[in-house]
Amino acid sequence: MSEPSITTIRSTPRPTSFFRVACLALFTLLAIFPGQARAARELRAVAVADPYLEMHTGPGRGYPIFHVVDRGETVEIIKQRTSWFLVRDADGDEGWVDQAQMELTLNPDGSEVGFKRADLADFTNSKWEIGTLAGDFGGANIVSLYGSYSLNPHVSLEVWGSQILGNFSNGWTASANVVHETWPDRRVSPFFTLGAGIIRTEPKSTIIQGEDRDDQVGHAGAGFRVYMTRRFLFRAEYRTHVVFTSRNDNEEVEEWKVGFAFFF
Amino acid sequence: MESRFRVLFLILAAQLALSGCAATKNLFGFGGDEAPPPTAEPSGQVIDPEVERRDVKEPRIDKENFEIGAFAGIMSIEDFGTDLAYGARFAYHLTEGFFVEGTAGQTEAGLTSFEELSGGARLFEDRTLTYYNLNLGYNILPGEGFIGESRAYNTQFYLIAGLGSTEFADDDRFTVNFGAGLRLLLNDAWTLRFDFRDHLYDIDILGEEKTVHNLEGTLGFTFFF
Repeated sequence: MSEPSITTIRSTPRPTSFFRVACLALFTLLAIFPGQARAARELRAVAVADPYLEMHTGPGRGYPIFHVVDRGETVEIIKQRTSWFLVRDADGDEGWVDQAQMELTLNPDGSEVGFKRADLADFTNSKWEIGTLAGDFGGANIVSLYGSYSLNPHVSLEVWGSQILGNFSNGWTASANVVHETWPDRRVSPFFTLGAGIIRTEPKSTIIQGEDRDDQVGHAGAGFRVYMTRRFLFRAEYRTHVVFTSRNDNEEVEEWKVGFAFFF
Repeated sequence: MESRFRVLFLILAAQLALSGCAATKNLFGFGGDEAPPPTAEPSGQVIDPEVERRDVKEPRIDKENFEIGAFAGIMSIEDFGTDLAYGARFAYHLTEGFFVEGTAGQTEAGLTSFEELSGGARLFEDRTLTYYNLNLGYNILPGEGFIGESRAYNTQFYLIAGLGSTEFADDDRFTVNFGAGLRLLLNDAWTLRFDFRDHLYDIDILGEEKTVHNLEGTLGFTFFF
Protein backbone atom coordinates (compact mmCIF):
# COMPACT_ATOMS: atom_id res chain seq x y z
CA MET A 1 0.00 0.00 0.00
CA SER A 2 1.65 3.22 -1.09
CA GLU A 3 1.05 6.37 0.88
CA PRO A 4 -0.35 9.15 -1.25
CA SER A 5 0.59 12.73 -0.67
CA ILE A 6 -1.45 14.42 2.05
CA THR A 7 -1.60 17.75 0.27
CA THR A 8 -3.07 16.58 -2.97
CA ILE A 9 -5.79 14.02 -3.10
CA ARG A 10 -5.29 12.03 -6.20
CA SER A 11 -8.21 11.39 -8.43
CA THR A 12 -9.45 7.84 -8.79
CA PRO A 13 -7.77 5.95 -11.58
CA ARG A 14 -10.26 4.64 -14.09
CA PRO A 15 -8.68 1.84 -16.09
CA THR A 16 -11.97 1.07 -17.69
CA SER A 17 -11.56 1.89 -21.34
CA PHE A 18 -12.06 -1.67 -22.61
CA PHE A 19 -15.25 -2.07 -20.66
CA ARG A 20 -16.60 1.21 -21.88
CA VAL A 21 -15.75 0.46 -25.47
CA ALA A 22 -17.52 -2.90 -25.14
CA CYS A 23 -20.64 -1.23 -23.78
CA LEU A 24 -20.58 1.37 -26.52
CA ALA A 25 -20.15 -1.28 -29.19
CA LEU A 26 -23.10 -3.14 -27.78
CA PHE A 27 -25.29 -0.07 -27.90
CA THR A 28 -24.26 0.60 -31.48
CA LEU A 29 -25.07 -2.97 -32.45
CA LEU A 30 -28.44 -2.67 -30.79
CA ALA A 31 -29.16 0.46 -32.75
CA ILE A 32 -28.28 -1.15 -36.07
CA PHE A 33 -29.80 -4.60 -35.63
CA PRO A 34 -33.55 -4.09 -35.52
CA GLY A 35 -33.57 -2.43 -38.90
CA GLN A 36 -32.21 -5.57 -40.48
CA ALA A 37 -34.38 -7.92 -38.49
CA ARG A 38 -37.53 -7.18 -40.43
CA ALA A 39 -35.95 -7.15 -43.89
CA ALA A 40 -38.20 -8.60 -46.57
CA ARG A 41 -38.01 -12.32 -46.02
CA GLU A 42 -40.23 -15.12 -47.16
CA LEU A 43 -42.34 -16.21 -44.23
CA ARG A 44 -43.61 -19.67 -43.60
CA ALA A 45 -47.38 -19.94 -44.02
CA VAL A 46 -49.67 -22.47 -42.38
CA ALA A 47 -53.41 -23.05 -42.59
CA VAL A 48 -55.60 -23.27 -39.50
CA ALA A 49 -57.07 -26.76 -39.22
CA ASP A 50 -58.47 -26.60 -35.71
CA PRO A 51 -61.79 -24.77 -35.24
CA TYR A 52 -59.76 -21.68 -34.41
CA LEU A 53 -56.30 -20.41 -33.55
CA GLU A 54 -55.96 -18.23 -30.45
CA MET A 55 -53.72 -15.18 -30.64
CA HIS A 56 -52.26 -13.95 -27.37
CA THR A 57 -50.91 -10.46 -26.85
CA GLY A 58 -47.56 -11.78 -25.65
CA PRO A 59 -45.39 -14.91 -25.71
CA GLY A 60 -46.70 -16.54 -22.54
CA ARG A 61 -49.61 -18.38 -20.97
CA GLY A 62 -50.59 -15.41 -18.87
CA TYR A 63 -51.17 -12.94 -21.68
CA PRO A 64 -54.77 -12.51 -22.80
CA ILE A 65 -56.24 -13.82 -26.04
CA PHE A 66 -57.27 -10.85 -28.17
CA HIS A 67 -58.06 -12.42 -31.52
CA VAL A 68 -58.97 -15.76 -33.06
CA VAL A 69 -58.28 -16.96 -36.58
CA ASP A 70 -60.93 -19.26 -38.05
CA ARG A 71 -60.43 -22.67 -39.56
CA GLY A 72 -59.27 -22.59 -43.15
CA GLU A 73 -57.54 -19.24 -42.94
CA THR A 74 -53.83 -18.94 -43.49
CA VAL A 75 -51.34 -17.32 -41.13
CA GLU A 76 -47.72 -16.37 -41.64
CA ILE A 77 -45.14 -17.19 -38.99
CA ILE A 78 -43.02 -14.15 -38.30
CA LYS A 79 -40.85 -15.51 -35.52
CA GLN A 80 -40.59 -17.97 -32.70
CA ARG A 81 -39.63 -17.33 -29.09
CA THR A 82 -39.28 -20.46 -26.93
CA SER A 83 -42.55 -22.32 -27.57
CA TRP A 84 -44.50 -19.31 -28.84
CA PHE A 85 -44.97 -18.21 -32.44
CA LEU A 86 -45.67 -14.69 -33.60
CA VAL A 87 -48.11 -15.03 -36.49
CA ARG A 88 -49.90 -12.65 -38.83
CA ASP A 89 -53.26 -13.41 -40.37
CA ALA A 90 -54.66 -12.25 -43.72
CA ASP A 91 -56.06 -9.06 -42.15
CA GLY A 92 -52.66 -8.12 -40.77
CA ASP A 93 -53.42 -8.92 -37.12
CA GLU A 94 -50.33 -10.11 -35.30
CA GLY A 95 -50.36 -12.21 -32.16
CA TRP A 96 -48.55 -14.97 -30.29
CA VAL A 97 -49.74 -18.56 -30.59
CA ASP A 98 -48.74 -21.47 -28.39
CA GLN A 99 -46.84 -24.37 -29.92
CA ALA A 100 -49.56 -26.87 -28.98
CA GLN A 101 -52.02 -24.99 -31.22
CA MET A 102 -49.49 -24.42 -33.99
CA GLU A 103 -48.94 -28.16 -34.24
CA LEU A 104 -52.56 -28.56 -35.28
CA THR A 105 -52.12 -26.38 -38.36
CA LEU A 106 -51.44 -27.64 -41.88
CA ASN A 107 -48.74 -26.87 -44.42
CA PRO A 108 -49.81 -25.40 -47.81
CA ASP A 109 -49.58 -28.90 -49.31
CA GLY A 110 -52.03 -30.23 -46.73
CA SER A 111 -49.52 -32.13 -44.64
CA GLU A 112 -49.36 -31.72 -40.88
CA VAL A 113 -46.97 -29.19 -39.45
CA GLY A 114 -44.38 -30.70 -37.16
CA PHE A 115 -42.64 -28.25 -34.90
CA LYS A 116 -39.96 -30.15 -33.17
CA ARG A 117 -39.82 -29.83 -29.44
CA ALA A 118 -36.61 -30.93 -27.78
CA ASP A 119 -36.99 -34.20 -25.93
CA LEU A 120 -35.00 -37.03 -24.39
CA ALA A 121 -33.80 -38.15 -27.83
CA ASP A 122 -32.25 -34.72 -28.40
CA PHE A 123 -30.65 -34.95 -24.97
CA THR A 124 -28.90 -38.09 -26.23
CA ASN A 125 -28.15 -37.00 -29.79
CA SER A 126 -27.60 -33.25 -29.66
CA LYS A 127 -24.23 -32.01 -30.87
CA TRP A 128 -23.62 -28.89 -28.82
CA GLU A 129 -23.95 -28.13 -25.17
CA ILE A 130 -23.18 -25.10 -23.02
CA GLY A 131 -23.33 -25.04 -19.27
CA THR A 132 -22.21 -23.46 -16.08
CA LEU A 133 -21.23 -25.21 -12.88
CA ALA A 134 -20.04 -24.12 -9.48
CA GLY A 135 -18.61 -25.92 -6.51
CA ASP A 136 -15.54 -26.62 -4.48
CA PHE A 137 -11.96 -26.84 -5.75
CA GLY A 138 -9.67 -28.01 -2.98
CA GLY A 139 -11.41 -25.79 -0.43
CA ALA A 140 -11.81 -22.80 -2.72
CA ASN A 141 -14.91 -21.80 -4.62
CA ILE A 142 -14.97 -22.45 -8.34
CA VAL A 143 -17.23 -21.07 -11.06
CA SER A 144 -17.03 -22.75 -14.45
CA LEU A 145 -18.34 -22.34 -17.93
CA TYR A 146 -18.03 -25.09 -20.52
CA GLY A 147 -18.86 -25.88 -24.09
CA SER A 148 -19.17 -29.38 -25.43
CA TYR A 149 -19.27 -31.00 -28.85
CA SER A 150 -20.49 -34.59 -29.26
CA LEU A 151 -18.64 -36.81 -31.69
CA ASN A 152 -21.31 -39.45 -31.14
CA PRO A 153 -23.86 -40.10 -28.39
CA HIS A 154 -21.19 -41.70 -26.24
CA VAL A 155 -18.16 -39.49 -26.70
CA SER A 156 -17.89 -35.73 -26.52
CA LEU A 157 -15.12 -33.16 -26.36
CA GLU A 158 -15.32 -30.31 -23.90
CA VAL A 159 -13.57 -27.04 -23.28
CA TRP A 160 -13.71 -25.51 -19.82
CA GLY A 161 -12.85 -22.17 -18.33
CA SER A 162 -13.03 -21.72 -14.56
CA GLN A 163 -12.31 -19.09 -12.01
CA ILE A 164 -11.09 -20.25 -8.62
CA LEU A 165 -11.76 -18.00 -5.66
CA GLY A 166 -10.11 -19.04 -2.42
CA ASN A 167 -9.15 -17.60 0.92
CA PHE A 168 -5.43 -17.69 0.23
CA SER A 169 -5.22 -17.56 -3.52
CA ASN A 170 -7.27 -17.01 -6.60
CA GLY A 171 -6.75 -18.38 -10.04
CA TRP A 172 -7.95 -19.50 -13.40
CA THR A 173 -7.96 -22.80 -15.15
CA ALA A 174 -8.56 -23.69 -18.75
CA SER A 175 -8.83 -27.30 -19.80
CA ALA A 176 -9.96 -29.64 -22.51
CA ASN A 177 -11.30 -33.07 -21.84
CA VAL A 178 -12.96 -36.12 -23.32
CA VAL A 179 -16.21 -37.36 -21.84
CA HIS A 180 -17.54 -40.85 -22.21
CA GLU A 181 -21.17 -41.55 -21.43
CA THR A 182 -21.99 -45.15 -20.71
CA TRP A 183 -25.76 -44.98 -21.18
CA PRO A 184 -26.40 -41.73 -23.06
CA ASP A 185 -30.04 -42.62 -23.78
CA ARG A 186 -31.04 -42.64 -20.12
CA ARG A 187 -32.58 -39.68 -18.37
CA VAL A 188 -29.83 -39.96 -15.74
CA SER A 189 -26.70 -40.51 -17.76
CA PRO A 190 -23.44 -41.23 -15.93
CA PHE A 191 -20.14 -40.25 -17.51
CA PHE A 192 -16.40 -40.50 -17.07
CA THR A 193 -13.98 -37.79 -18.05
CA LEU A 194 -10.29 -37.40 -18.66
CA GLY A 195 -8.47 -34.22 -19.59
CA ALA A 196 -5.65 -31.77 -19.21
CA GLY A 197 -5.13 -28.04 -19.01
CA ILE A 198 -3.37 -25.20 -17.32
CA ILE A 199 -3.95 -23.56 -13.97
CA ARG A 200 -2.87 -20.09 -12.97
CA THR A 201 -2.52 -19.46 -9.26
CA GLU A 202 -2.37 -15.95 -7.84
CA PRO A 203 -1.67 -15.93 -4.11
CA LYS A 204 -3.44 -13.13 -2.24
CA SER A 205 -0.94 -10.39 -1.68
CA THR A 206 -2.32 -9.46 1.74
CA ILE A 207 -1.50 -12.88 3.17
CA ILE A 208 1.52 -14.34 1.46
CA GLN A 209 4.07 -12.77 -0.79
CA GLY A 210 3.94 -15.41 -3.46
CA GLU A 211 4.45 -15.26 -7.15
CA ASP A 212 1.82 -16.00 -9.77
CA ARG A 213 2.36 -19.46 -11.14
CA ASP A 214 1.24 -21.25 -14.29
CA ASP A 215 1.17 -25.02 -14.02
CA GLN A 216 -0.03 -27.86 -16.12
CA VAL A 217 -2.80 -29.94 -14.71
CA GLY A 218 -4.30 -33.31 -15.58
CA HIS A 219 -7.58 -34.63 -14.30
CA ALA A 220 -9.89 -37.62 -14.19
CA GLY A 221 -13.45 -37.60 -13.02
CA ALA A 222 -16.94 -38.95 -13.07
CA GLY A 223 -20.40 -37.54 -12.84
CA PHE A 224 -23.85 -37.60 -14.29
CA ARG A 225 -26.10 -35.54 -16.51
CA VAL A 226 -29.82 -35.49 -15.80
CA TYR A 227 -32.34 -34.48 -18.44
CA MET A 228 -34.76 -31.97 -16.93
CA THR A 229 -37.03 -30.50 -19.60
CA ARG A 230 -36.83 -29.21 -23.18
CA ARG A 231 -33.17 -28.26 -23.75
CA PHE A 232 -32.28 -28.21 -20.13
CA LEU A 233 -30.11 -30.53 -18.08
CA PHE A 234 -28.62 -30.77 -14.62
CA ARG A 235 -25.03 -31.84 -14.25
CA ALA A 236 -22.94 -32.90 -11.26
CA GLU A 237 -19.39 -34.16 -11.26
CA TYR A 238 -16.33 -34.99 -9.25
CA ARG A 239 -12.79 -34.62 -10.50
CA THR A 240 -9.41 -35.35 -9.10
CA HIS A 241 -6.61 -33.14 -10.42
CA VAL A 242 -2.86 -33.56 -10.44
CA VAL A 243 -1.08 -30.23 -10.70
CA PHE A 244 2.37 -30.70 -12.22
CA THR A 245 4.20 -28.07 -10.23
CA SER A 246 7.73 -26.90 -10.76
CA ARG A 247 8.49 -27.97 -7.22
CA ASN A 248 9.54 -31.51 -6.29
CA ASP A 249 6.07 -32.73 -5.39
CA ASN A 250 3.01 -32.66 -7.55
CA GLU A 251 -0.10 -31.34 -5.94
CA GLU A 252 -3.38 -33.22 -5.84
CA VAL A 253 -6.65 -31.35 -5.75
CA GLU A 254 -10.17 -32.68 -5.45
CA GLU A 255 -13.03 -30.87 -7.09
CA TRP A 256 -16.78 -31.33 -7.11
CA LYS A 257 -19.34 -29.14 -8.70
CA VAL A 258 -22.96 -28.97 -9.76
CA GLY A 259 -24.73 -26.84 -12.29
CA PHE A 260 -26.98 -26.73 -15.29
CA ALA A 261 -26.54 -26.77 -19.03
CA PHE A 262 -28.55 -26.67 -22.18
CA PHE A 263 -28.08 -28.42 -25.50
CA PHE A 264 -28.89 -27.39 -29.03
CA MET B 1 -16.13 -70.88 -40.03
CA GLU B 2 -15.34 -71.96 -43.56
CA SER B 3 -18.74 -73.55 -44.03
CA ARG B 4 -20.41 -70.27 -43.01
CA PHE B 5 -18.52 -68.39 -45.72
CA ARG B 6 -19.55 -71.03 -48.19
CA VAL B 7 -23.21 -70.64 -47.23
CA LEU B 8 -22.95 -66.84 -47.52
CA PHE B 9 -21.29 -67.18 -50.92
CA LEU B 10 -24.00 -69.55 -52.11
CA ILE B 11 -26.72 -67.16 -50.96
CA LEU B 12 -25.06 -64.29 -52.79
CA ALA B 13 -24.63 -66.36 -55.95
CA ALA B 14 -28.26 -67.44 -55.82
CA GLN B 15 -29.39 -63.82 -55.44
CA LEU B 16 -27.30 -62.65 -58.37
CA ALA B 17 -28.66 -65.48 -60.48
CA LEU B 18 -32.17 -64.34 -59.67
CA SER B 19 -31.42 -60.70 -60.37
CA GLY B 20 -34.60 -60.35 -62.42
CA CYS B 21 -36.55 -60.80 -59.24
CA ALA B 22 -38.03 -57.55 -57.91
CA ALA B 23 -36.97 -58.27 -54.34
CA THR B 24 -33.32 -58.51 -55.32
CA LYS B 25 -33.47 -55.34 -57.38
CA ASN B 26 -34.69 -53.44 -54.39
CA LEU B 27 -32.15 -55.13 -52.17
CA PHE B 28 -29.30 -53.69 -54.22
CA GLY B 29 -30.92 -50.36 -54.68
CA PHE B 30 -31.61 -50.75 -58.41
CA GLY B 31 -35.00 -50.08 -59.82
CA GLY B 32 -37.85 -49.33 -57.47
CA ASP B 33 -38.49 -46.09 -59.35
CA GLU B 34 -41.72 -47.35 -60.78
CA ALA B 35 -44.68 -46.14 -58.81
CA PRO B 36 -46.80 -48.89 -57.29
CA PRO B 37 -49.86 -49.69 -59.39
CA PRO B 38 -52.74 -47.37 -58.52
CA THR B 39 -55.10 -49.03 -56.13
CA ALA B 40 -58.72 -49.19 -57.17
CA GLU B 41 -60.73 -46.41 -55.59
CA PRO B 42 -63.20 -47.73 -53.10
CA SER B 43 -66.72 -47.17 -54.29
CA GLY B 44 -68.86 -44.68 -52.42
CA GLN B 45 -65.98 -42.32 -51.43
CA VAL B 46 -67.39 -38.82 -51.29
CA ILE B 47 -64.22 -36.76 -51.34
CA ASP B 48 -61.94 -37.08 -54.28
CA PRO B 49 -58.48 -37.41 -52.67
CA GLU B 50 -56.69 -35.65 -55.48
CA VAL B 51 -54.49 -33.23 -53.60
CA GLU B 52 -51.88 -31.50 -55.68
CA ARG B 53 -48.60 -32.14 -53.94
CA ARG B 54 -46.22 -29.26 -54.24
CA ASP B 55 -42.64 -29.73 -53.32
CA VAL B 56 -42.02 -26.53 -51.42
CA LYS B 57 -39.07 -25.92 -49.21
CA GLU B 58 -40.53 -24.32 -46.13
CA PRO B 59 -38.81 -21.08 -45.18
CA ARG B 60 -37.04 -21.32 -41.85
CA ILE B 61 -38.74 -19.80 -38.88
CA ASP B 62 -36.79 -17.01 -37.27
CA LYS B 63 -36.04 -18.17 -33.72
CA GLU B 64 -35.45 -15.42 -31.23
CA ASN B 65 -34.37 -16.97 -27.97
CA PHE B 66 -31.38 -14.77 -27.23
CA GLU B 67 -31.60 -11.51 -25.39
CA ILE B 68 -28.82 -8.94 -25.33
CA GLY B 69 -28.74 -5.56 -23.70
CA ALA B 70 -27.06 -2.87 -21.70
CA PHE B 71 -28.05 -1.28 -18.44
CA ALA B 72 -27.20 1.59 -16.13
CA GLY B 73 -28.23 2.47 -12.62
CA ILE B 74 -26.87 2.75 -9.14
CA MET B 75 -24.96 0.33 -7.01
CA SER B 76 -24.19 0.65 -3.36
CA ILE B 77 -20.95 -0.92 -2.14
CA GLU B 78 -21.24 -1.58 1.56
CA ASP B 79 -18.97 0.87 3.45
CA PHE B 80 -17.91 2.52 0.18
CA GLY B 81 -20.92 4.58 -0.76
CA THR B 82 -23.10 4.52 -3.84
CA ASP B 83 -22.16 5.33 -7.40
CA LEU B 84 -23.24 4.93 -10.99
CA ALA B 85 -23.16 1.34 -12.22
CA TYR B 86 -23.41 0.11 -15.77
CA GLY B 87 -22.91 -3.05 -17.73
CA ALA B 88 -24.19 -5.53 -20.24
CA ARG B 89 -26.16 -8.72 -20.17
CA PHE B 90 -26.73 -11.68 -22.42
CA ALA B 91 -29.45 -14.26 -21.94
CA TYR B 92 -30.77 -17.41 -23.54
CA HIS B 93 -34.42 -18.29 -23.03
CA LEU B 94 -34.79 -22.02 -22.58
CA THR B 95 -38.53 -22.11 -22.09
CA GLU B 96 -41.30 -19.64 -21.53
CA GLY B 97 -40.28 -19.69 -17.87
CA PHE B 98 -36.56 -20.39 -17.56
CA PHE B 99 -33.68 -18.36 -18.88
CA VAL B 100 -29.96 -18.33 -18.26
CA GLU B 101 -28.15 -15.05 -18.16
CA GLY B 102 -24.62 -13.76 -17.92
CA THR B 103 -24.07 -10.24 -16.67
CA ALA B 104 -20.99 -8.05 -16.36
CA GLY B 105 -20.97 -4.65 -14.78
CA GLN B 106 -18.91 -2.11 -12.95
CA THR B 107 -19.07 0.79 -10.58
CA GLU B 108 -16.72 3.03 -8.62
CA ALA B 109 -16.09 2.84 -4.90
CA GLY B 110 -16.29 5.99 -2.82
CA LEU B 111 -14.46 6.65 0.42
CA THR B 112 -15.14 4.85 3.68
CA SER B 113 -15.67 7.00 6.76
CA PHE B 114 -12.22 5.92 7.89
CA GLU B 115 -10.67 7.22 4.68
CA GLU B 116 -12.63 10.48 4.94
CA LEU B 117 -11.55 11.13 8.52
CA SER B 118 -7.94 10.07 8.14
CA GLY B 119 -7.47 12.81 5.57
CA GLY B 120 -6.20 11.11 2.48
CA ALA B 121 -4.94 7.71 3.51
CA ARG B 122 -6.48 5.21 1.12
CA LEU B 123 -7.14 1.58 1.98
CA PHE B 124 -6.37 0.68 -1.63
CA GLU B 125 -5.81 2.52 -4.88
CA ASP B 126 -7.92 0.92 -7.64
CA ARG B 127 -11.42 2.05 -6.74
CA THR B 128 -13.19 0.27 -9.57
CA LEU B 129 -15.47 -2.63 -8.78
CA THR B 130 -16.17 -4.98 -11.66
CA TYR B 131 -18.28 -8.07 -11.47
CA TYR B 132 -19.59 -10.86 -13.63
CA ASN B 133 -22.15 -13.50 -12.82
CA LEU B 134 -23.92 -16.46 -14.38
CA ASN B 135 -27.54 -16.78 -13.43
CA LEU B 136 -30.67 -18.80 -13.75
CA GLY B 137 -33.89 -16.85 -13.96
CA TYR B 138 -37.55 -17.71 -13.95
CA ASN B 139 -40.33 -15.59 -15.42
CA ILE B 140 -43.10 -15.52 -12.91
CA LEU B 141 -46.22 -13.40 -12.78
CA PRO B 142 -46.77 -12.36 -16.38
CA GLY B 143 -48.91 -9.28 -16.55
CA GLU B 144 -49.82 -6.07 -18.21
CA GLY B 145 -48.89 -2.49 -17.47
CA PHE B 146 -51.14 0.30 -18.55
CA ILE B 147 -50.03 3.73 -19.61
CA GLY B 148 -53.00 6.00 -19.99
CA GLU B 149 -56.25 4.74 -21.43
CA SER B 150 -55.20 3.24 -24.71
CA ARG B 151 -51.75 1.81 -24.15
CA ALA B 152 -50.94 -1.53 -22.56
CA TYR B 153 -47.58 -3.24 -22.37
CA ASN B 154 -47.01 -6.85 -21.49
CA THR B 155 -44.76 -7.34 -18.51
CA GLN B 156 -42.78 -10.19 -17.01
CA PHE B 157 -41.74 -10.23 -13.40
CA TYR B 158 -38.78 -12.54 -12.92
CA LEU B 159 -36.71 -13.99 -10.12
CA ILE B 160 -33.03 -14.52 -10.72
CA ALA B 161 -30.05 -15.89 -8.81
CA GLY B 162 -26.54 -16.92 -9.65
CA LEU B 163 -22.84 -17.07 -8.93
CA GLY B 164 -19.89 -15.12 -10.10
CA SER B 165 -16.92 -13.07 -9.11
CA THR B 166 -16.35 -9.50 -8.02
CA GLU B 167 -13.02 -7.79 -8.52
CA PHE B 168 -12.71 -5.21 -5.82
CA ALA B 169 -9.99 -3.91 -3.51
CA ASP B 170 -7.21 -5.74 -5.39
CA ASP B 171 -8.87 -9.10 -5.11
CA ASP B 172 -11.33 -11.41 -6.84
CA ARG B 173 -14.15 -12.40 -4.56
CA PHE B 174 -16.59 -15.27 -4.97
CA THR B 175 -19.98 -13.61 -5.21
CA VAL B 176 -23.51 -14.85 -4.84
CA ASN B 177 -26.25 -12.69 -6.26
CA PHE B 178 -30.00 -12.83 -6.29
CA GLY B 179 -32.76 -10.48 -7.14
CA ALA B 180 -35.82 -9.77 -9.16
CA GLY B 181 -36.77 -7.65 -12.07
CA LEU B 182 -39.42 -6.58 -14.47
CA ARG B 183 -39.41 -6.73 -18.25
CA LEU B 184 -41.68 -4.35 -20.08
CA LEU B 185 -42.18 -5.74 -23.59
CA LEU B 186 -42.13 -2.59 -25.70
CA ASN B 187 -42.67 -4.47 -28.95
CA ASP B 188 -41.89 -7.93 -30.31
CA ALA B 189 -38.15 -7.45 -30.06
CA TRP B 190 -37.35 -4.71 -27.55
CA THR B 191 -37.84 -4.75 -23.80
CA LEU B 192 -37.25 -2.27 -21.05
CA ARG B 193 -35.79 -3.92 -17.98
CA PHE B 194 -35.81 -2.89 -14.36
CA ASP B 195 -33.50 -5.06 -12.33
CA PHE B 196 -32.72 -5.22 -8.62
CA ARG B 197 -29.93 -7.41 -7.27
CA ASP B 198 -28.12 -8.09 -4.07
CA HIS B 199 -24.47 -9.11 -4.48
CA LEU B 200 -22.95 -10.90 -1.50
CA TYR B 201 -19.30 -11.60 -0.85
CA ASP B 202 -16.87 -11.87 2.05
CA ILE B 203 -14.38 -9.09 2.62
CA ASP B 204 -11.89 -8.24 5.38
CA ILE B 205 -10.60 -4.91 4.18
CA LEU B 206 -11.97 -3.15 7.26
CA GLY B 207 -10.54 -5.56 9.82
CA GLU B 208 -12.83 -8.46 10.58
CA GLU B 209 -14.08 -10.62 7.74
CA LYS B 210 -17.74 -10.09 7.05
CA THR B 211 -20.32 -10.78 4.41
CA VAL B 212 -21.40 -7.62 2.65
CA HIS B 213 -24.52 -6.84 0.69
CA ASN B 214 -24.11 -4.66 -2.38
CA LEU B 215 -27.47 -3.56 -3.61
CA GLU B 216 -27.90 -2.61 -7.23
CA GLY B 217 -30.83 -1.14 -9.07
CA THR B 218 -30.61 -0.67 -12.83
CA LEU B 219 -32.65 0.21 -15.84
CA GLY B 220 -31.80 -1.10 -19.26
CA PHE B 221 -32.89 -2.04 -22.72
CA THR B 222 -32.63 -5.49 -24.19
CA PHE B 223 -33.18 -6.83 -27.64
CA PHE B 224 -34.34 -10.33 -28.60
CA PHE B 225 -32.69 -11.95 -31.58
